Amino acid sequence: MNEASAAAATDSQGMTYLVSLPRRVVTIYLPLAVFLFVLLFPFYWMVITAFKPNEELLSREGNPFWVIHPTFAHIKKLLFDTAYPEWLWNTILISVVSTVLSLVCSVLAAYAIERLRFRAARYVGMSIFLAYLVPPSILFIPLAAIIYQLQLFDTRLALILTYPTFLIPFCTWLLMGYFRTIPFELEECALIDGASRWQILVKIVLPLAVPGLISAGIFAFTLSWNEFIYALTFISSSEVKTVPVGVVTELVEGDVYHWGSLMAGALLGSLPVAILYSFFVEHYVSGMTGAVKE
Amino acid sequence: MTAFFQRLSNDRNLLGLLFMLPAAVILLVFLTYPLGLGTYLGFTDAKIGRGGQWIGIENFVFLWGDEVTRLALFNTLFYTVVASVIKFALGLWLALLLNKHLPFKAFVRAIVLLPFIVPTALSALAFWWIYDAQFSIISWTLTRLGLIHGYIDFLGEPWMARFSTIAANIWRGVPFVAICLLAGLQTISPSFYEAASLDGATDWQQFRFVTLPMLTPIIAVVMTFSVLFTFTDFQLIYVLTRGGPLNATHLMATLSFQRAIPGGSLGEGAAIATAMVPFLLAAILFSYFGLQRRAWQQGGDDK
Repeated sequence: MNEASAAAATDSQGMTYLVSLPRRVVTIYLPLAVFLFVLLFPFYWMVITAFKPNEELLSREGNPFWVIHPTFAHIKKLLFDTAYPEWLWNTILISVVSTVLSLVCSVLAAYAIERLRFRAARYVGMSIFLAYLVPPSILFIPLAAIIYQLQLFDTRLALILTYPTFLIPFCTWLLMGYFRTIPFELEECALIDGASRWQILVKIVLPLAVPGLISAGIFAFTLSWNEFIYALTFISSSEVKTVPVGVVTELVEGDVYHWGSLMAGALLGSLPVAILYSFFVEHYVSGMTGAVKE
Repeated sequence: MTAFFQRLSNDRNLLGLLFMLPAAVILLVFLTYPLGLGTYLGFTDAKIGRGGQWIGIENFVFLWGDEVTRLALFNTLFYTVVASVIKFALGLWLALLLNKHLPFKAFVRAIVLLPFIVPTALSALAFWWIYDAQFSIISWTLTRLGLIHGYIDFLGEPWMARFSTIAANIWRGVPFVAICLLAGLQTISPSFYEAASLDGATDWQQFRFVTLPMLTPIIAVVMTFSVLFTFTDFQLIYVLTRGGPLNATHLMATLSFQRAIPGGSLGEGAAIATAMVPFLLAAILFSYFGLQRRAWQQGGDDK
């Protein structure tokens, strides 16, 4: 690439065209390549291990970075000899239901705080933010006691009801930011035309806030898919476990680790969120950075 | 009846209350109440399935004299400080790299975030395999390169285990820091850099006097979250070491789990969890006010 075409191509990029190519390679591409290698290597390793036959896994000869005779044995074992399909179903069910529940609650709450401006709205908004900062690691013990008292121990409902404790603050905070960008005038017009608050929310505000709803939904779904400590604490029977907890607690047996099926389990449990994420990268990133920027 | 609905739909306070109700019920029952209950449990000798007696500060006195708890406190602080500092440095570096004019920029940015979105428990399993004492790929590569002679026992020796878990935590946290800081970097207008370089500022000076001051408010928020996540980390340690070897990697969160759930002493576990709160508050106040104030002193605005 010569200097002139580089200058034309990077018109909006300030003065970066003044930096020569060899210098760019050393200061930008090389470090970036190292970053990408380190960040992606565990995934590569997960995939390779999941398809590697046991003989290759346990031999120190040959090239461990590649697989010579790929096998589906580990995945087959996972799907037919373990409760993995049930865990997958539980995770999907719990994540979807708690996400939808949280979204409904958050939309109403965010609209009330941001647009109805009831008397204590400011303080409620602040406490929502504070609630967002409460980590599950200090809540799980008293929650376990409450779940036990409500006789929800070892049920999916226990997780469906507790996941919103971190989903609602996050979604509400995010949606408050989105609702703030919707012009007041639209609502005023609707009010003059005789619309009720409910109609305004459903017919005007929500359609305009669809990107925000997707961001909040995707983020909430991945958060509940990834949740570990509540699922580990409140669930003890195999058939109600979620994927992360099931893989960690049930596939690790004794001293002989079945690395192939462990990695296959990790891979299959990561794929759904990774695929979902790949479709909604922009929404996900704007959700994450939006929540931080506010 | 219609008059009632008429009144309801016109009264902001009543309607606001109604709209807040579902979220408020869930958060009060499963967040506020447990927070209070957790603090209360810390002062009792509760066991699983049995309410406890009020025993005052006995739990805290016991924990203060308990070697394992002290070690867990040290580990948690060490883990948080080392991991956060490195996550910040690497995250900022990665953000600066991603902010450059790159081919496939959107794609690169998308895959950088992968470690953050994948379930931590599952990526920790991959690290467990990478750190395996007999078949570790790192040891294999280093042996082949002739750099070491025996396989490294990544999770078997106290200090080695501490650094290995910190490395895994950094791996997961860097993308979050980098992508959030990148969002901040993109809001800085290129004209500042043009002006600075016309005034003869070097790259370092541009970074020090343009990028860093403009980025300070977002750094404050991102690092507050990062410190919070790291301090209360549980999954990674639980999967990689369960606190071992010799409790060398036990964090407050894993120790409180171990004492409360498998150990059955809810009261003691709750006391450890409660003891985390002052540290969390201090971290939030420090990074929030400490960095935020510098933002307005230098003429930046808060929002």
